[in-house]
Amino acid sequence: MTTVVLEKIWKEYGDQIVLENIDLTIESGSFVALVGPSGCGKTTLLKMLLGEERPTSGRILLDGMPLKPEPDWDRGVVFQRYSVFPHLTVLGNVLVGREFEKSRVLGRLFGINRAAAIDDARALLNAVGLSDHENKYPAALSGGMQQRLALAQALMRKPKVLLLDEPFGALDPGIRAEVHALMNELWVEQGITVVMVTHDLSEAFRLGTRVIALERRRNRPEEKERYGATIAHDIAVWPPKTQKKKQNGSALVEEAPPLIAADVSAAVH
Amino acid sequence: MRIINRHPSRGLYILLATLPFIALAVTYAIGSYQRLSINPADKILPSVTQMMAAMNELMFVQDKRTGSYLFWSDTAISLWRLGSGMGISIAIALILGVTSGFIPFVRALVKPFVEAFSLIPPITILPILFIMVGLDEASKITLIAVGTAPLMLRAVALGVEEIPREMIVKAQTLGASTWQMITRVVLPQILPKLIVATRFALIPAWIFLVSAEAIAAVSGLGYRIFLVRRFLSMDVIIPYVLWITLLAWLMDLTLAMLQRRLFPWFQPEQKS
Repeated sequence: MTTVVLEKIWKEYGDQIVLENIDLTIESGSFVALVGPSGCGKTTLLKMLLGEERPTSGRILLDGMPLKPEPDWDRGVVFQRYSVFPHLTVLGNVLVGREFEKSRVLGRLFGINRAAAIDDARALLNAVGLSDHENKYPAALSGGMQQRLALAQALMRKPKVLLLDEPFGALDPGIRAEVHALMNELWVEQGITVVMVTHDLSEAFRLGTRVIALERRRNRPEEKERYGATIAHDIAVWPPKTQKKKQNGSALVEEAPPLIAADVSAAVH
Repeated sequence: MRIINRHPSRGLYILLATLPFIALAVTYAIGSYQRLSINPADKILPSVTQMMAAMNELMFVQDKRTGSYLFWSDTAISLWRLGSGMGISIAIALILGVTSGFIPFVRALVKPFVEAFSLIPPITILPILFIMVGLDEASKITLIAVGTAPLMLRAVALGVEEIPREMIVKAQTLGASTWQMITRVVLPQILPKLIVATRFALIPAWIFLVSAEAIAAVSGLGYRIFLVRRFLSMDVIIPYVLWITLLAWLMDLTLAMLQRRLFPWFQPEQKS
C-alpha cells in the first residue's frame, strides 16, 4: 500500500509564488495525471515529489512518513529525455537498478545473483517489447523504444510511486498511441501507483484514473507574481479503470475497461 | 552554385589534402638544390642524402662516449618523460575532475584554486622546479604535469557537469549512492571525454617536454635538437622534428582509435 499525501504545499521562488495551498491525497494504485497550462508549476510539483525541490511550506508524506529531501529508490521516474544511460546496453540499463541495490561497493553482480537479476530484467524487457534489442545501446533505439526502456528500468527497482514527467511528449503520434497502450498495460499488470505530468489532455484522460488540473486563479500581470497555481479541477475519470492485482490481496482479475476518451482524443487531434 | 555547397570528390579531396605537403617538400628540395649547387658544404638546407647519412650515424652507430644508440635512447627517454607527466596529469584530472564536477563541496575547494593556478604560465615554474627538485627527471615530468593537469582537470570537470541532470536524478531513483554513481554512471561517461582531453593536452605536453629538455638535460629529443643547433646541424634537426611530429601524430591516432574501440556508444551521440 502506498499513499502520497501533500499537505498545504506552497512553493515560492523569491517573490514569485508558483504553487499555493496544494492539498492532495494520492491513493495506492491510482494513476494521477497532472495537467495545466505551461508555467503553472506542474513540473515543480513533480520535482517536489521527486525530492529535487523542497516545498517552501507544507509537507509531503509517503506512507505516513515525511518524504526524503532527495531522490531515492522509493520514487521511480521517467523524464522526457535522458532517462536511460547511454553507456549501458538495453539489458545493462534494466539491470543497473538491481546492481545498485544489491552490490553497494562494486555496483556489479556476478554469478547466480546476476543470473537471477537477468531473468527479472528479461521479463520486464519482454513486458515492454524490447526483448530483441537487449544488446543494443540506447543511441541505436528510436525515441519510443528509449522511453519503453526507461519504464522497464524504473520498474526494475519496484518504486512505491512512479513519477512521469511528460514522458511521451517528444514522441510521434503513432508511436505515442502505442506507448500509451503499453503504459496502460503496465499499470494494470504491475499494480503500480503513477503520477504523470502532461500537457496533453487526451493523454491524461486516456491513461489516468484521476486528472488534476492546476491553474492560476488570478492571471492579471500585476497580480500574477503574488498568486500561485492551485488545484482547479479534480476529476475522477469515468469509467473507472481497474488494476489486475489490488494491492490488498483481493485479486480482481477483470480486464480493464476499454480505454476511455478515445473520442476526446479524436476531438483534440 | 555557391562555393560553400560544392564538395570535392574523394580523389580530388586526397589530391587537395596532399598538395600542401608536396608543395612544402618541393620548395625545400629546390631551395636545398640551389644552395648546395653554389656551396656543397652548405649546412642550412641539407639534402635528403645528407640527412639520411647524419641519421644513420645516430640511429645505427653506437655512440663512443655513452655506448648507446643516441636516436633511440633520446626517443625512449623523451617518451618516458612525456608518458610519466601525462600519467600524473590523467590521474589528477580523473580524481579531482570527477569529484569536483560531481560533489559541490569538492568543487568549492578545488575549482577556484585550479582556475587561478592554470593562469600561471607553466614555463615560468620551470626555474622554481629546477631549484626545488633539481635538474633531474622529476623537474621535467613535473613541468609536463603542471602544464597539462589544470587543462585536463577542467575538461573532465566540465564533462561531468554536462551529464544531464535527469540522468543523475534517475540514478538516484534507482537507489544509487554517490560512490555507485561515480563508478557506474559518471566515470564510464567521462572516459571518452578524458581521451579527447588527453589528445588536446598532448600538444602542450610536447612543448613543455622539448622546452625542459632544451634548458637542462643530457638526453632526449629536445636536448639533441638544441645541442646540435650549435653546429648548425640542420641534417639532424629536421629529421628529429619530423620524428617528433610523427610520434605526436601516431599518439593522436592511437587515442582516437582507442576511443572508437572502447566506447562504441559514444560515437552516434556525438554526431547528433
